[in-house]
Amino acid sequence: MSDSNTLVEVKNLKKHFPVTRGIILQRKVGVVRAVDGISFSIQRGETLGMVGESGCGKTTAGRTMLGLYPATDGSVIIDGDDILHARGKDQLKIRRKAQIIFQDPYASLNPRWTVNSIVSEPMRVHKLFATEKERSERAKDLLGMVGLSPHLLNRFPHEFSGGQRQRIGIARALASDPLFIVCDEPISALDVSIQAQVVNLLEKLQDQLSLTYLFVAHDLSMVRHICDRVAVMYLGVIVEIAEQNELYENPLHPYTQALLSAVPVPDPRKERARKRTILVGDVPSPINPPSGCRFHPRCPVAIEKCKDIVPEWREVSPQHWVACHLVN
Amino acid sequence: MTSALLQVTDLQTRFHTPEGIVHAVNGISFHINEGETVAIVGESGCGKSVSMMSLLKLIPTPPGEISSGTAIYRGTDLLQKSEREMEDIRGKDIAMIFQDPMTSLNPVLTLGRQLTESMREHLGFTKEQAEERAVQMLEQVGIPDARRRINEYPHQFSGGMRQRVMIAMALSCAPSLLIADEPTTALDVTIQAQIVELVARIRESLHMAIIWITHDLGVVAGMADRVIVMYAGFIVEEADVNDLYDSPGHPYTLALLAALPRIDRRRDHHLKSIAGSPPNLLVAPHGCPFAPRCEFVIEKCRQENPPLIQIEKNHSSACWVDVKTGAPR
Repeated sequence: MSDSNTLVEVKNLKKHFPVTRGIILQRKVGVVRAVDGISFSIQRGETLGMVGESGCGKTTAGRTMLGLYPATDGSVIIDGDDILHARGKDQLKIRRKAQIIFQDPYASLNPRWTVNSIVSEPMRVHKLFATEKERSERAKDLLGMVGLSPHLLNRFPHEFSGGQRQRIGIARALASDPLFIVCDEPISALDVSIQAQVVNLLEKLQDQLSLTYLFVAHDLSMVRHICDRVAVMYLGVIVEIAEQNELYENPLHPYTQALLSAVPVPDPRKERARKRTILVGDVPSPINPPSGCRFHPRCPVAIEKCKDIVPEWREVSPQHWVACHLVN
Repeated sequence: MTSALLQVTDLQTRFHTPEGIVHAVNGISFHINEGETVAIVGESGCGKSVSMMSLLKLIPTPPGEISSGTAIYRGTDLLQKSEREMEDIRGKDIAMIFQDPMTSLNPVLTLGRQLTESMREHLGFTKEQAEERAVQMLEQVGIPDARRRINEYPHQFSGGMRQRVMIAMALSCAPSLLIADEPTTALDVTIQAQIVELVARIRESLHMAIIWITHDLGVVAGMADRVIVMYAGFIVEEADVNDLYDSPGHPYTLALLAALPRIDRRRDHHLKSIAGSPPNLLVAPHGCPFAPRCEFVIEKCRQENPPLIQIEKNHSSACWVDVKTGAPR
């Protein structure tokens, strides 16, 4: 199934967090099924979008894929190596290939470190250059690549704006020469005018360095712009995956349809004329996800079967996968 | 000409900080008519929230200072009123809902207690009357099982539900003006759609004027009658909603619209980004605040800040250049 064009292969990945009660004698009273068995692959040079409402598990999925959270079950193969089960030197070698850009440019940079320390940290961890001086030189180059002036190397994070900090985060992610980067909502904390700058930078870097991205986001308009394929998550599972234009123009899962119809368009006439599928209620708790299809309590077209039977994950047309009983 | 419900003239708000004076709002003038929905659009730090907080005298002074301006609401100036008089107006005539529904509700009081407070204060309701009305309000904003849930605490509600509670609270005294400060920014799109629909429905039934503060040009398109665009404490453009999207008159509005990806369009180009970042408000404004980032910039822009001038009927822009032709005005 996987060929040389596949860079990332995720199989049945699960991440459950225990829910405990009590302070000293902690008892496990349940599990949050944040990611509950997801499988997909990403081709080399491709950008896969991962969308869904808050709490659907998209961020957890990205972090678990890189081993930032120990996975409960499943495997993640990156460039032929199993990233979750490798240990010691092997693990370090694989982790060099996969990096992450975080959502919050304020919380993800150590305020006591200079830009130089932050950006050269991955090189130090992976022992990439012999001397600090070489690492600093490389850090300077990286700053240039992300559009920051190299003389800012000895500044501290608080001296930068949100957009500039996000650029520092990107430079750090590039420092170990990765093949694959998880972009975890990299623009959602930024202002509109700055978002476009960062997105254009990510696209430029992808072209220059042949990077592969997993782009986790809730902004469906931006995902359409930047991604080649899009996966839609709901309560810890993927309900639909398709090529970008196919998903946006021919969404099959009722959840995808509702999600897309909720996104406002900056065009007053279109916006007023539009028919919306407004979902009732909120996302249910992932501690006790609904039986059968997890979306059935909010689904406008649910039938009896949806309550009991988990819908099969099927390829309904080439490259278009969906899990819904009602799709033929 | 119908008289405005609220007429704000030359409002200026500053903050005195250890680093210097922050020029948050720099002399803005606008009006809102009865029953009208006006959106104020801009990025963080453009002064959209501060200007609204100034109107309700919710700016802590010091460090804040409303250094000039008038805000005539139904014939009297809000900015001249005492704190006691403002307490009568806030919640009763002008209500406000905030971005973060968690921090704007008191976590240790039941919803019932918080919902009934303003009605008992402003309308002289008894506890029972106020509770009865609170249950009705919660039902109206779509909270199921309202009679039981009124005794619950804010943490027992989801983000979207809390925002509904905030709306119920704001509407409980039937205000003539609702100021909504990014009420859907913290919410998911599906929940945002629910809230927008709810507000639109209530606006119809109460014939209430709304000032909707947001940075989301998509939400604005669906609900506003008129749009005010702010940048660095100035109003840079004001227009009816269709005109603003059809023919933006200010380079900033133009650039913002071009920087937005559209869900209803296939990708055909790179996003047009706006170079640089918004100006430092600690520096006293000199020239047009957008000049350093503007692609239409001419020498005059750096010297003199353009006033808001009418370019078409009901459409004003603060720019020395006609963005359609690129020629100076």
